[in-house]
Amino acid sequence: MTTTAPDLVVDYDDAVGRFDPVLGLEVHVELNTASKMFCGCSTAFGAEPNTQVCPTCLGLPGSLPVVNETAVESAIRIGLALNCSIARWCRFARKNYFYPDQPKNYQISQYDEPIAYDGWAEVEVPDDEGVLRTYRIEIERAHMEEDTGKSLHVGGATGRIHGADHSLLDYNRSGVPLIEIVTRPIEGAGKYAPAVARAYVAMLRDLLRGLGVSDVRMEQGSLRCDANVSLRPTPDAPLGTRTETKNVNSLRSVERAIRYEITRQAAVLSDGGRVKQETRHWQEGPGTTSSGRSKEQAEEYRYFPDPDLVPVAPAPAWVESLRATLPEPPAKRLRRISAEWGFSEAELRDVVASGALDQVEATVAAGTTPQAARKWWLGELTRRANTDGVELEQLPVTPDQVAELQGLVDAGTINDKLAREVLEGVLAGEGSPAAVVQQRSLAVVSDDGALGAAVDEAIAANPGVADKIRAGKVQAAGALIGAVMKSMGGKADAARVRELVLERLT
Amino acid sequence: MSTVSSTDDLTRATASGLASAIAAGDVSSVEVTQAHLDRMAAVEPAVHAFLHVDGERALAAAATVDQARAAGEALGPLAGVPVALKDVLTYAGAPTTAGSRVLEGWVPPYDATVTRRMLDAGLVILGKTNLDEFAMGSSTENSAYGPTHNPWDLDRIPGGSGGGSAAALAAFEAPLAIGTDTGGSIRQPASVTGTVGIKPTYGGTSRYGLVALASSLDQPGPCARTVLDAALLHAVIAGHDPLDSTSANAPVPDVVSAARSGDVRGLKIGVVRELGGEGYQPGVEQRFREAVDLLAGLGAEIVEVSCPNFAYALPAYYLILPSEASSNLAKFDGMRFGLRTGDDGSHDAEEVMGLTREAGFGAEVKRRIILGTYALSSGYYDAYYGQAQKVRTLVTRDFASAFAQVDVLVSPSTPGTAFKIGEKVDDPLAMYLNDLCTIPSNLAGNASASFPVGLAPEDGLPVGLQVMAPPLADDRLYRVGAALERALEERWGGPLLAQAPELVVPAVVGGTK
Repeated sequence: MTTTAPDLVVDYDDAVGRFDPVLGLEVHVELNTASKMFCGCSTAFGAEPNTQVCPTCLGLPGSLPVVNETAVESAIRIGLALNCSIARWCRFARKNYFYPDQPKNYQISQYDEPIAYDGWAEVEVPDDEGVLRTYRIEIERAHMEEDTGKSLHVGGATGRIHGADHSLLDYNRSGVPLIEIVTRPIEGAGKYAPAVARAYVAMLRDLLRGLGVSDVRMEQGSLRCDANVSLRPTPDAPLGTRTETKNVNSLRSVERAIRYEITRQAAVLSDGGRVKQETRHWQEGPGTTSSGRSKEQAEEYRYFPDPDLVPVAPAPAWVESLRATLPEPPAKRLRRISAEWGFSEAELRDVVASGALDQVEATVAAGTTPQAARKWWLGELTRRANTDGVELEQLPVTPDQVAELQGLVDAGTINDKLAREVLEGVLAGEGSPAAVVQQRSLAVVSDDGALGAAVDEAIAANPGVADKIRAGKVQAAGALIGAVMKSMGGKADAARVRELVLERLT
Repeated sequence: MSTVSSTDDLTRATASGLASAIAAGDVSSVEVTQAHLDRMAAVEPAVHAFLHVDGERALAAAATVDQARAAGEALGPLAGVPVALKDVLTYAGAPTTAGSRVLEGWVPPYDATVTRRMLDAGLVILGKTNLDEFAMGSSTENSAYGPTHNPWDLDRIPGGSGGGSAAALAAFEAPLAIGTDTGGSIRQPASVTGTVGIKPTYGGTSRYGLVALASSLDQPGPCARTVLDAALLHAVIAGHDPLDSTSANAPVPDVVSAARSGDVRGLKIGVVRELGGEGYQPGVEQRFREAVDLLAGLGAEIVEVSCPNFAYALPAYYLILPSEASSNLAKFDGMRFGLRTGDDGSHDAEEVMGLTREAGFGAEVKRRIILGTYALSSGYYDAYYGQAQKVRTLVTRDFASAFAQVDVLVSPSTPGTAFKIGEKVDDPLAMYLNDLCTIPSNLAGNASASFPVGLAPEDGLPVGLQVMAPPLADDRLYRVGAALERALEERWGGPLLAQAPELVVPAVVGGTK
């Protein structure tokens, strides 16, 4: 293996000061249909390799594909949610290329006749002053295709096929339905381009989840983003040469990878160099991209309509009935939520920016006040997610559990400090908040017997303080309450302790 | 009461005769199957119709049918009758080679729908028949496992690609066979062996389990020695299959009644002007004209019809077929099944794919893959594949306007009779011309068949007449075929195959291949 020197980069502000970035995003969404795109095999993630396969998804001689109607339905619903036109008639095409994870050596995809085309979506990104700015993303197309199998290259230093001793292939994923959503060039975002890209993918994720068509788990690959980046000297200059960065598997990586690629290309161009048209791979660890397959030559996929399949011609009445099932569009939902919850614009912006809107909404739906829900998800839980380097929804706690936790606080069973400890237990997998309270004995003690003894002890140990209270300095009770708390490990019901202290001394 | 008994030569009987004898208990399926296995043992060294025979499995299947009959279970109309399966359709547990080295050793884990329906109907599969590699050819000389010999003259080709199935029938090794027809691979072998071959309407039979050559053209169909036998087999294998998206979701035409009726009175028959004349063997044209006259005598109305675009069918076919084949055959790369060459630690996966394809594919297959790869390339697609699809539309329109005037079209099935083995192997264009008459029906997807109409006077070899019917009007093929068969057999004093020479059986007998 040859080691290459790290790529030169320039400072980000410098890069976006000198160049205008243009993005193009290709998002692959694995649908959550029970069976694959063209056969009846299960799509469940994580099964033993090659246990969810049949002649069709293994591409055995003689096998034939049959279109999964539910996948077509999902594709149409996605297209409609992205304000696309839906094709009255379209076909599948074969994309021919040789690769071992592609059992037929062609992928069934769509070429010049996508099921959905000419759509748009809006995202909001705060500018440096904190003002939300709206960006309209034009959608070129959303088309149906099948996923490939997975290769595991064993031996060799890079984990790539070159230099490997041998390769293992798992065809469980082969034939899983994919929708590829392709944007038109995203222009005019300037230095906010990486944030706009992240907001777009986050919006798609929320929209797809709302549609119920995909698990949208970026870390499992059910939502994958390829980011095309190019730079040009000024917004009116022709588009520059683009690179396509793959392997971007979190929202954070989308933003980081594009940001990095802007700084790398800016360094090349500033040095009088030429950006090479190529595929690049995002490396999460160092936060850089590395050179992959060159795309200097025109791609030759020998597309032609797949003769094994018949055209897809969704009846207009069916399309309209699917339109009627669409969930509330994200922008409309935001306006509604804003009104219902009474959040300030800043509060709402923070919720959206942190990607916690779904969680907060679900927590509110489970009975918590909007402010309390916001406090949990943007406070303690966001801190925890950042520490662990995961997305909020990957934390092992559900909105229902957060609502239960807040319910325990509201009922006085635990206080705020204990609640954080209970949350620790929930995140550690110890069970529901109530179960953690019980197992860790975290409930506030409000039993007068136990509290009374502790209060008497505190009065005896602090005669000076007790005298002050007797003399009318009621505010001195705090010291005694603190002493009781300390002796009871923070679990005393503070309000009751106060009452007991005052009962005894006034 | 059946007309076949166990003292007869069971291999000469018709499938329908065997079926009723088995159903009546006059003969057992095991006896019938054994008789055919014995016949194979005797003639296979000379004919080489089969690539794989599993006598034990066939006899076990036959015994199952016999037990079912003994138990009083209702049997299907062809239960217990042996059938030969072209080695391009899967039969779980039996090797499938498609006539290619690249699939050597591959045993499919699943049944083709055609296979499954025959098994469900109680037919007894004798084995897998020889074919041109991946069904590319008109002589079986492109088989990687050696050619099949025409039982009428062992020095001649049995047609192709389904020469094995046709020869098995003509050599009395099987009363029924399955073929597949992409450009004539059922009809041309039927024509040159004096047997019956039907290409159903595209979508009429399932392609599931058929190793694809050209998906938009391939169609499995029945092969037999009589029209009724073909119809009975057609009824078993045809009908909608949810596993094949291109399968027609329509009722199967009543082909059996049509074959029993053979009534052509009032039927309007169009003779295709463009399929005859220069390049056609005189004896072929003579027997064809005689047969048409015969149909007129039986009450059919004969008119001449022009299909001007048929002239472009062959070149269009040789762009569409290679294009689809180049993609369909991409999966034969040594990665998952069949032959693998060069996996010695010194080659990477891409090189192993290349070496496997180099070693595993024959010259004709490579020729068509290269043609198709070129025709689909960007910059050439419109000029080749795109243009060919337009011709295909024109051919389909020719059929549509012809069928607006007539009920069926007829032509010779092939321009000539069986040629000598080796005669055309170095001249692909001469070989391609064998399918001149049959290709238009594959492009348009309509039903088409070849029926024997005699021997060419100049060489004494069989001549076939092609009948073409509109899509989903397969029954009309059988009406015409049955009328011809009845009238001609009366004239000949028996089936045409009765005139075939006795096969000179080599001294070495015993053991099937």
